[in-house]
Amino acid sequence: MSNNRSIGKALNRTALTRLLVQKLRHDEAVIGGIGNSNFDLFAAGHRAQNFYMLGSMGLACPIALGVALAQPERGVIALEGDGSILMGLGCLATIANVKPRNLTIIVWDNGIYQITGKQRAATADATDIVAVARGAGIANSEWVRDEAHFEKLIGRRFEEGGPVLLGVKIDDQPGKGQTPRDPALIRSRFMKGLGSSRSAALES
Amino acid sequence: MSWSDTFLALLKENDIRLIGYVPDNVLTPLIEGVGADNYFMPVNATREDEAIGTITGAYMAGLRGAVMMQTSGFALIANALASLVVPYQIPLVMVISERGTMGEFNIGQSLVARTMRPTLETLGITHHTLNDEANMPFIVDSSIKQAYATQAPVAFILSPLLTGGNPAAKVKLKI
Repeated sequence: MSNNRSIGKALNRTALTRLLVQKLRHDEAVIGGIGNSNFDLFAAGHRAQNFYMLGSMGLACPIALGVALAQPERGVIALEGDGSILMGLGCLATIANVKPRNLTIIVWDNGIYQITGKQRAATADATDIVAVARGAGIANSEWVRDEAHFEKLIGRRFEEGGPVLLGVKIDDQPGKGQTPRDPALIRSRFMKGLGSSRSAALES
Repeated sequence: MSWSDTFLALLKENDIRLIGYVPDNVLTPLIEGVGADNYFMPVNATREDEAIGTITGAYMAGLRGAVMMQTSGFALIANALASLVVPYQIPLVMVISERGTMGEFNIGQSLVARTMRPTLETLGITHHTLNDEANMPFIVDSSIKQAYATQAPVAFILSPLLTGGNPAAKVKLKI
C-alpha cells in the first residue's frame, strides 16, 4: 500500500509554516508541537496566539482540542510532527468523537525522527497518517499535493468545517528558529493573546 | 447526597465544566453524573496524558476542567506533569480513584499504586487523600481555589474508605 510519499516533491516545513502564518486573518490559535514544529512556528514570527511546546511529546493535538472546546468561535491549528503523532494516535479517535468544527491538524511528515538523528519512523514506509486519521473517524483528512494545494487548503476560514487533518510530506531539514525556553512566559503570553489572562494589565 | 454527587457539586461551584477522563469502575458514578448534567462537557480520552493536554489547553483559553483517572492511569502521566503542567504553571485538578490498596486483587495495580505518591511528592504537587464525606467539601473546595489562585496543580486521591473501593474486588477476592 502506498502511503503517498510519492505524491510529489517533498515540501519544506519552514517555508510552509511561514506561508500559513502569513495567511492567518482571524487571530487563530496555533499550537506548535515539540521540536521543529514549534521552532519553525517561532521562526515565522511570534504572534500572541502562538503556544510553543517545550516537552510533552505527542500532546499538541490534545492541547489544541482543549483550546478549541474553550473558544468555539476561534480557529485552532495544531502543528505536529509524524513521530509525535505516532506517540499518541489515540487523540485522533478522541477528536473524531468530539468533532470540534474549529480544529485543524497539520502533520509534518518527513518519515524520520529528524531532531534525534534522522532515525526512520514507521511513516517512512508502513504507516499512512492520513489513512490512520480517516480510520479514526476524521473524514476530512487529506494529503497535501504541493505548495499551491497547501495554500488553497489554508485559504479557508479555520473556525468551521473541522475537524480537518492535513498530511504534508516534507524534506529532512531542521527547524530554523529556537523558541525561548521560558514556559511560564509562553503560557502567560498565550493567555493574553486568547483574552483569558488574569494578569493582562501587567503585560501591556 | 452520595459522595459523588457532593464531589460534582464542588466542581460546579468552582466553575469546572470540562471533564477529561478514562473510564474506571470506581469513577463510574462521577462519570455518569457528568454525562447526565448539561453543565459539564465530558471528553472521553484514550489515555490520561491526552486528557491532561486537553484540560491544559482549555485552561489557557479560559475554560476550567479536571482530569479523572485511576491509579494506573496516573502512572502514565509523569512526563506530561513534568514537562507541561508544572513548568507552564497549570492549575490542573486531578481526581484519582485509588486502586492497589485495601482489597486489591490485581498484583499490577498493587505495584503501580506505590509509584503515585512518590511521583506527586517528587514533582512538588499538592495532593490530598479523601477518606470520608465529612471532610471532603472543605478539602476539595479550598484546594481547588488554592490551585487557581497559585497556578499550581492539585491531586485528589479517592480512597476506598470514601468510595467503597472497586466493586469487582468483592467477587475476585473470595478464594
